[in-house]
Amino acid sequence: MDISISLPGLDLKNPIMPASGCFGFGKEFAQFYDLSDLGAIILKAATGEKRYGNEAPRVAETSSGMLNAIGLQNPGVEKIVNEEIPFLKAYDTPLIANVSGSTMEEYEHVAATICKEVDALELNISCPNVKEGGVQFGTDPRLAEEVTSRVKSVSTVPVYVKLSPNVTDIVALAKAAASGGADGLSMINTLTGMKIDPATRKPIISNQTGGLSGPAVKPVAIRMIHQVYQAVNLPIIGMGGIETTDDIIEYMLAGASAVAVGSANFKNPLICKELIEQLPEALERYGFSSIEEVIGGAHHETAASGLFRA
Amino acid sequence: MRREWMEIVEHNAVAKDTYRMVLKGQIAEEVKDPGQFVHIQVSERFFLRRPVSIADVHPDKSEITLLYKVLGDGTEALTEKQTGDKLDVLGPGGQGFPVEEDVREALIVGGGIGVPPLYYLAKQLVEQGIKVTTVLGFRSKEESFLVEEFKDLGAVYVTTDDGSLGEQGLVTDRTGELKGSFDTYFACGPTVMLKAIANQLDDVRGYLSMEERMGCGIGACFACVVHTPEDDEKGYRRVCCDGPVFKAKEVVL
Repeated sequence: MDISISLPGLDLKNPIMPASGCFGFGKEFAQFYDLSDLGAIILKAATGEKRYGNEAPRVAETSSGMLNAIGLQNPGVEKIVNEEIPFLKAYDTPLIANVSGSTMEEYEHVAATICKEVDALELNISCPNVKEGGVQFGTDPRLAEEVTSRVKSVSTVPVYVKLSPNVTDIVALAKAAASGGADGLSMINTLTGMKIDPATRKPIISNQTGGLSGPAVKPVAIRMIHQVYQAVNLPIIGMGGIETTDDIIEYMLAGASAVAVGSANFKNPLICKELIEQLPEALERYGFSSIEEVIGGAHHETAASGLFRA
Repeated sequence: MRREWMEIVEHNAVAKDTYRMVLKGQIAEEVKDPGQFVHIQVSERFFLRRPVSIADVHPDKSEITLLYKVLGDGTEALTEKQTGDKLDVLGPGGQGFPVEEDVREALIVGGGIGVPPLYYLAKQLVEQGIKVTTVLGFRSKEESFLVEEFKDLGAVYVTTDDGSLGEQGLVTDRTGELKGSFDTYFACGPTVMLKAIANQLDDVRGYLSMEERMGCGIGACFACVVHTPEDDEKGYRRVCCDGPVFKAKEVVL
């Protein structure tokens, strides 16, 4: 079965890509398989200047998932463009740059600098692990709309806005991104959480709070995508706890046109490649005759309208 | 580096809460240097892998020996694995201790569960004709291990917190006295111990193996990052792939 999908700016061989922050800039995974197999690659977040991030410990295991508080460590957008992206360009797969910042101006600067080198941007207004910026743009609809619109005006490639689940009304944020001119949505980022060690009586993560990811967050993501799909006419890249082809199908039925695999890459560095190989057979097993038929399928739509959205 | 289902060929307790596991598979043939580690998926119940250093290698038999301490639910569950079971292993990972250097007399300093990777290192050093002196620190006699094995390789001094084995005290009580009798030191243990050793032996060439909570174990997630001195342009090192072994002055402890 043909599992290719076309989204704004992205011709995907398959709907599976590694999620931002879980794949670095690809080098470490290139020793395990050919990155050209991937539907796309979402790069680790870029900020205007080099960032060290938070102190260790930065991760903690939880039931069916993990907490992380890396704190957007990256060498800065210039170095990413000059030293990381050239390696990835050797592969035949679209690149999506994750754009982050603490101020509107920083978001604009990063987007304007990196957009020339990639096929699309993922606007990160939802990182829970930095003190300034990040998630505040993703929890206030007015700020979300403004930062989307300002990044759109400097970007030469489509912009997917990455939504935070740490809000009461996800639809309001999705609509704000749409009003700001977003070409698509990416959802969800991690859920803010905490783990306390009974022995030390203190949070394990030095930042105290961290972002929860893994299968634990999947039902939240599925619900949010299901809600947003009904309310906003934008393609969605779905993510949160994907480990199996059933998970992918569930995401697409809820309304995702493509999916990103995050922390599962830590358990099994080959996971994306394995899921790509297994997906066609899984789709046939559930009686789907095309990938388009899956998208939004839980909303009792026909294959034709699914096609329209993709 | 590869992901492989390795077979458990031996698994037994060697000290209080401390277990020895011998794994068979191709990863054993790919170990480059002493001090490298494997990243173990204990079971589906645990989301993150557990990094465990390699204590010995028998490439001819495709076997590696691991020594691990029960420190939480994950390592507790690992103790239940039986001989013949297969284990999901990623490895070998990281940069180990350099043994090609012009070392003549080496001091090895190990603390607690930091001791295992130093055993394979000591064997390699002795094989190259390098004189090895070892200082091992444990909490108590019942938590001690590998002491006799190290004795086959050179002089061994043991310190314990309670004096139940060797001298009561810290490894630094002994390493200070030994200063001048070695040109290079190699240390692995708790960060406080590494810091004390690095300060005490400030003017001696040294290598430290560090431990940190890890995510991916291959360098992609940036969970296990440590600071570098201010004059280092990059500003960080990843314990899993730039380390776990660093030159003593390469990282900030």
